[in-house]
Amino acid sequence: MGVTTDLFINAIIAGILLGGFYAAVTIGISISFGILDIVNIAHPAFVILGSYIAYLLNVSLGIDPILASVVALPAFFALGMAVYQLYYSSFEKFGQEALRGLAFFFGLLFITEVVLILAFGVDYRYVHTPYIDTTLHFGFVDIPLRMLVPCVVALLLVVGLIIYLGRTFTGRAIMAVAQDQHALKFVSADPIKIKRIAFGISIATASIAGALLIVIQPVEPSVGREYIGRVFAICVLGGMQSLPGTLIGAMLLGIMESLTATFYGPSWAPAVAFGFLLLTLAFRPQGLFGR
Amino acid sequence: MNGMVQTLVRPTRRALLAAAAAVALFASGPAHAADPIKIGFSMALSGGLAANGKAALLAMQMWQEKVNAAGGLLGRQVQLVHYDDQSNPNTVPGIYTKLIDVDKVDLLVSPYGTNLMAPAMPIVMQKGFTYMGLFGVGVNDQFNYDRYFQIMPMGPKSAETIPDAFFAVAKTLNPAPKSVAIVGADAEFGKVNADSARKIAKAMGLKIVYDRSYPPSTVDFAPIVRAVQASQPDLVFLASYPTDTVGITRSIHEIGLKTRLIGGGPVGLQFAAIKTQLGPLINNMLGYELYVPAPTVKFPGIEEFVAAYQAKAVGQGVDPLGLYVPPFIYAAMEVMGQAVTKTGSLDQKALAKTLHDNTFSTVVGDVKFAPNGEWEKPRVLMVQYRNITGNGLDQFRKPDPYVILYPPQFKTGDVKEPFQSK
Repeated sequence: MGVTTDLFINAIIAGILLGGFYAAVTIGISISFGILDIVNIAHPAFVILGSYIAYLLNVSLGIDPILASVVALPAFFALGMAVYQLYYSSFEKFGQEALRGLAFFFGLLFITEVVLILAFGVDYRYVHTPYIDTTLHFGFVDIPLRMLVPCVVALLLVVGLIIYLGRTFTGRAIMAVAQDQHALKFVSADPIKIKRIAFGISIATASIAGALLIVIQPVEPSVGREYIGRVFAICVLGGMQSLPGTLIGAMLLGIMESLTATFYGPSWAPAVAFGFLLLTLAFRPQGLFGR
Repeated sequence: MNGMVQTLVRPTRRALLAAAAAVALFASGPAHAADPIKIGFSMALSGGLAANGKAALLAMQMWQEKVNAAGGLLGRQVQLVHYDDQSNPNTVPGIYTKLIDVDKVDLLVSPYGTNLMAPAMPIVMQKGFTYMGLFGVGVNDQFNYDRYFQIMPMGPKSAETIPDAFFAVAKTLNPAPKSVAIVGADAEFGKVNADSARKIAKAMGLKIVYDRSYPPSTVDFAPIVRAVQASQPDLVFLASYPTDTVGITRSIHEIGLKTRLIGGGPVGLQFAAIKTQLGPLINNMLGYELYVPAPTVKFPGIEEFVAAYQAKAVGQGVDPLGLYVPPFIYAAMEVMGQAVTKTGSLDQKALAKTLHDNTFSTVVGDVKFAPNGEWEKPRVLMVQYRNITGNGLDQFRKPDPYVILYPPQFKTGDVKEPFQSK
């Protein structure tokens, strides 16, 4: 096996693992921005909040960070519903969601950051789990569990959401809200309630994504801003409303970043990834899996 | 018509005069002997630099407490006037204008970090203030301001100090190394250090087998470390930021990188959070430090200061070790205080002259400034981390994990090679 083949295969695997994590961070945006048309630019801040909750439960009770994020899911769901209610009654109800809504979420981003600074300070925080320091070796292929565990959890999260949105009444109602909010009333479903639930789910995913992030790397309150561009890009690339599209878009972006970093230098990675996004939009404006 | 205008204007003008008189009465009175000496600055208390900014502020407050308890400066108490710049350079010019024009501060200290220090320079220069810089690299290269001083001990050629120290250690390897890989972050610190490393490596006749930078938002470093591994370098020079340092170090061990010497400029290893997170993974790595608890760098007062800082840092969410930033911030304030006392006034020109002409004894040793305001000689320590077991914090308070390899006058041991990944 030549060095190049070895590098190539490892780069593809690293890209898939990275893509899984990207999918977990983006899936919430695909629901809020893609399906509900809410430009929740504060989503990465909620992800960091998720990281801190996982950290808190890990340090104080010794719970595994990912398990901790599952414990925190209902709280994040409730927080999401509350945020949507505020957003709806202040902006969406009056048709002012475009610009003022954006400003609202920008504000939310900063408030979340400052609250985290006040509560936890500004130092880097991290978690301890046995699998962070373990790597699986198969011949020339190395798979660090630090990346594999987040990828598997992300896949479960995305597949779970796809099944929920496709098979349950509420899930289908959420997809319907994206198409025609008013038509939903004919099946005696309250579109605002459905949207509130959907936004709650989108913020709940941030709890899990945050735990995955703190497994991969240490976290400080302002680190979420680095993900804003990438997650919206993946959401658009995948085709906005399509959750399988988000997963495949995230994997493609991860693989492209990984291959570019291995063979041409890491500083080209974002350029190639965003270049691919531009090309996709030029030939398929609705995204890879958009309708 | 004219009369009407006059009647309209008269009361307004009278009111204005009265207001002006009132303002003059409050604002322009001569400084009373009991008025405190105001030291103004902006500090990163939120945003990306806040971890260091908050620790810096704590060190400054410790100095203030000590000075005031001893009677202040020139018989006046010292007051710190500061605002949060949110780690955002755009806020800095406004804050410094306010400090000078509205708060009427007597002395100025810089914000924390190169990117925050530079935006204040034009205003500081226009007003003729002496400017004590906190942890900036090469800020005065463009301005050549003769009242600029810098407490970070990078020396007059600040961009070359860290790579210089790393390659000075590499030169002691036997047999001599033949090749080097250079990995730097796509940001100021990474670029400046990678550029210097490239220049020094070429001058040493080393073959550069990998030379790449990576964007700041990189999450997975496995592809980079694999590409480095494929180029089989004897040396790996790193110039990375804290989260990247963690990612790179983890990837090095996950992939099993084999090389003789690795490190140089990984930012983050100086701080407790990263030290304790990585623990034994940084054994045999080379990192730059400014102070470590080693027997060769026992400056008068440093151990007492670090102990006092560590006691105060508990529960404040700042670096609990405080070996890197706080001693030097405290030293900067000591230098300012000693300069004011030696000068006997707050005249900015005379202060700058005192700072240029004298050597100041501080908790980080004797400080003497070069004509461009940097330390006359660099005082960065190239340290090899050793004997780290587990992830406990207390081991880093002791001398055991640190072997100082460079500069020679502070050396505590010889370099150990090769770097063995787990």
